[in-house]
Amino acid sequence: MSTPSTDERPRDDEAERATNEGAREGRRGGTVREYHAKVWDEPSIMEMGAAGRRGITFPEAESAVRDTVGSAADYLPDAVAREDDPALPEVAEPFVVRHYLHLAQETLGFTNISMWGTCTMKYAPTMNEQLEKRHLSNLHPRQDDDTLQGMLEIAHELDGYLQELSGMDRFSFQPASGTQSAFVFTSLLRKYLEDRGELDQRTEIVTTLYSHACLPATADVAGFDVVTLQPGENSYPSTEALEAAVSEKTAALMIVNPNDLGVYNPNVDEWVDIVHDAGGLCFYDQANFNSTMGISRARDVGFDASHYMLHKTFGNPKGGLGPAAGAFGCREELVEYLPTPLVEYDEADDHYSLDYDRPNSVGKVREFWGNLPLVMKAYVWVRSMGAEGIVEASNLSVLGNNYLETLLEDVPGLAKTVENVTQRRMEMTRYSWGELFEDTGVSTVDIRRRLTDFGIDAYWMSHDPWTYDEPFTPEPGEMHSKENIETYAEALRRIAEEAYDDPERVKTAPHNQSIDRVDEERIDDPDQWAMTWRAYQRKFGDHED
Amino acid sequence: MATHHPHMPNATEEATSAMLSAVGASDVEELYEQIPERLRFRGELGLPEPMTEIELQQHVGGLLERNETCESNLNFKGAGCWQHYVPPVCDEIIERREFLTSEWGSPESDKGRNQAWFEFCSQLGELLELDAVGLPVYSWGNAAGFAMRMAHRLTGRTEVLVPESISPERQSVMENYSRLSSGERRLTIETVAFDPETGELDLDDLRERCSSSTAAVYYESPSYLGTIESGAETIADVAHEAGAECIAGVDPITLGVLDSPATHGADIVVGTTQPLGIHMNGGACSGFIASRDEEEYVVEYPTLLLSVTNTATEGELGYAFMPEQLHRSSYGLREDGNDYTGTSVYLWTIANAVYMSLLGKHGFRELGELVVERSHYAAQRLSAIDGVEVRLSPSFFKEFVVDFEDAPVSASEVNDHLKAEGIFGGVLLGEEFPTLGDAALYCVTEVHTQADVDRLVDAVTEVVEA
Repeated sequence: MSTPSTDERPRDDEAERATNEGAREGRRGGTVREYHAKVWDEPSIMEMGAAGRRGITFPEAESAVRDTVGSAADYLPDAVAREDDPALPEVAEPFVVRHYLHLAQETLGFTNISMWGTCTMKYAPTMNEQLEKRHLSNLHPRQDDDTLQGMLEIAHELDGYLQELSGMDRFSFQPASGTQSAFVFTSLLRKYLEDRGELDQRTEIVTTLYSHACLPATADVAGFDVVTLQPGENSYPSTEALEAAVSEKTAALMIVNPNDLGVYNPNVDEWVDIVHDAGGLCFYDQANFNSTMGISRARDVGFDASHYMLHKTFGNPKGGLGPAAGAFGCREELVEYLPTPLVEYDEADDHYSLDYDRPNSVGKVREFWGNLPLVMKAYVWVRSMGAEGIVEASNLSVLGNNYLETLLEDVPGLAKTVENVTQRRMEMTRYSWGELFEDTGVSTVDIRRRLTDFGIDAYWMSHDPWTYDEPFTPEPGEMHSKENIETYAEALRRIAEEAYDDPERVKTAPHNQSIDRVDEERIDDPDQWAMTWRAYQRKFGDHED
Repeated sequence: MATHHPHMPNATEEATSAMLSAVGASDVEELYEQIPERLRFRGELGLPEPMTEIELQQHVGGLLERNETCESNLNFKGAGCWQHYVPPVCDEIIERREFLTSEWGSPESDKGRNQAWFEFCSQLGELLELDAVGLPVYSWGNAAGFAMRMAHRLTGRTEVLVPESISPERQSVMENYSRLSSGERRLTIETVAFDPETGELDLDDLRERCSSSTAAVYYESPSYLGTIESGAETIADVAHEAGAECIAGVDPITLGVLDSPATHGADIVVGTTQPLGIHMNGGACSGFIASRDEEEYVVEYPTLLLSVTNTATEGELGYAFMPEQLHRSSYGLREDGNDYTGTSVYLWTIANAVYMSLLGKHGFRELGELVVERSHYAAQRLSAIDGVEVRLSPSFFKEFVVDFEDAPVSASEVNDHLKAEGIFGGVLLGEEFPTLGDAALYCVTEVHTQADVDRLVDAVTEVVEA
């Protein structure tokens, strides 16, 4: 078989290759593709298998072992020794593999376009998974520092990179998520105030409605009262509203910026000053960092502490909600309170170590010192991108979002929110399908389900509470191509038109998935919900009513 | 200048300028018009020059080669993160991109993943003999901390009793959930002594401390120090007689040979799922919370909960987050939600589900018996060495305390010698548990053959008798 040389390729083909990344016209014209999920009608693993089948067997203990100790039963107290084997399935290994392979195939996930807003969908390099498997899977957290020099160096270097990106003085990677980063802050804040004798006086944490729910939640867990500022006309509260809320009771300000709507509060430095003047600390949740990497730095703006999501902004796979890792950074004065241990570097000995002797530390939010594979992959991400690439990623994220905005401009029934802010949005924009719902009865939930029929992942709507009708929040990020953004917009346009022509088609979506539309409402009823197969069997026996 | 970075398809001059022109901007600077100039960073980021993939693989691989691992050394450390066999099938499944890279999706488009989550809950439910199992939390300590606060909300009380034998790591995590809160919600953690001979909870001390102020009695089996708790029933009775909740912490890999604490009266069971098919990863953590399927407990979960349900097609099953529960969490109610929730370790629950499917009905017993026999073999051989004593015997699963107090060398010196022999000795307990002498916590699992144990014993003998 001969391969034509480049010169022999037809001209048209070459032209197409030059402009499109898989953007051949779909069967119905345009670039939206036909899609249908695999339908395996896959049973539950709990129903599978037959008596005697095994997915794995274990050796018997060596004869010398048994000669020495007798049998296991001699060491298990009668009072708690298990008599009956657990009612787990008996399935041969190939069928376990097939079963979970089928479940993978019945998952659209991020195998195609996904512009899930507020989560920054990003490519997870295959190389990283190999590195993790080869080098990290067999590390024990209590190994001597001497045996962890490579991993400690990576963590130490990443700390330095994050200092550069944020302006902060020191980072901890112990938090197991962004939410736990926020919890580190509220824990640290408590200790800081205690040391200054102000804990009884400063009882309030100020946040905004368009800051993530984890900020007020972790403030509450740490025993603070939460003051939530309501949105002003530009979606961020007015500075006057902040001034009115801040007092000698203020312990801290905890906010995101830009907010969930893609709007940046331009007065944020003034806010920080107001809170500092009142004696409070300021925490910057940089969950939306993809829009400002190398563009603006938390410490320069005045914040005392900030956090970054290694599973979001720094190229780690999402895992369908984790494993995750938060990088919590702060300025020098607060370093003593950071969770234990911290990575230290002794330049004279060229030696890295974990420092556990930190008497003022808040202690621990999670066992051990961090989700190391995520720390390693974040390091790889920074080294792969370099300063120029990181800034370009922000540029492309903001540009991609604005490009999507232009494509969605005249989609019927769709409106951009906070229209009085006329400046370009950051990395995401909140829209409302309110008008379309009024006109057709088709909701944002219907539309996101219908979107999956085109092989495009459902979109994020909005955090609670919904302040706009039928919200929708896309975020293209830097990974999606220009053509992907066009396809996404085209799919939404097609669905909106369909909503006006044939609303039932959208309301009964999805039509091309492994299963039909799921009934979510019934499982709020304690008699109907079943979190396990045994509960399901108990409530419904073999036959569903 | 465009970087043409392989993970950024729009990092080309053509794509960038086409999009800029579509949005009516002359350059990328205009995109940031919302950010005032005074808030812009105009310096140079002091980051290293970018590397290509081939360079990075060599660079990072080279750095990581400087670590020593539990593969190239013989490892006997456990203490909350254990070296169990991870069937390669677990890795194959969670490396599938459908699972590896997804976010929330919709219940229909991510049906397969949601079903895998349900199968995690279902199989763990069978091991625990409990009908309600939540989606994962970050770690065992995190799960215990949440459970303690569930008990506080259920009882309105503020005292929590925990065993003195608890892992200091875990206790530190739990304390973060107790001492931080103010006023009426501030919980106090009190420790209950353990029997210095057996390591089991001192039931007299428990009875003395348990009162009408007690929100929960928390115990562990096996304990951090390895002991299997045979008094589970009594502990639950003492808690219940005082009107307190009984919370048990458990390592689920023991449940082929040991009863679930739920069958002895524990109301809430927590623990880690790291032993069930998750590599150590330098400190991988994964926690779970489970209980009876009773509404008063279910509504107090801080986690998201997933249920099987119907679809619009008769006879078909689907899976979805329980909407009210999602609303009750901090996602819905912010500061008024149950504690805090967020991204956790959901991918690993799929490895757990695969692991439990492979072991199935009989695998947990076989595995458990093997571990018990080999760990006791190791303990008996070590204790036969002059000056070496195994404490808190005889009832343990995979971990046991080895005391070198009467040996001519310290536990730390023993570890140094072992290290030189390519062996990672047990985790030192001297600072954490001085009453146990100069001790270390050793862990033996199914990955340790008789020959491995003999090698350890020979090396310890050599240093102790030298």
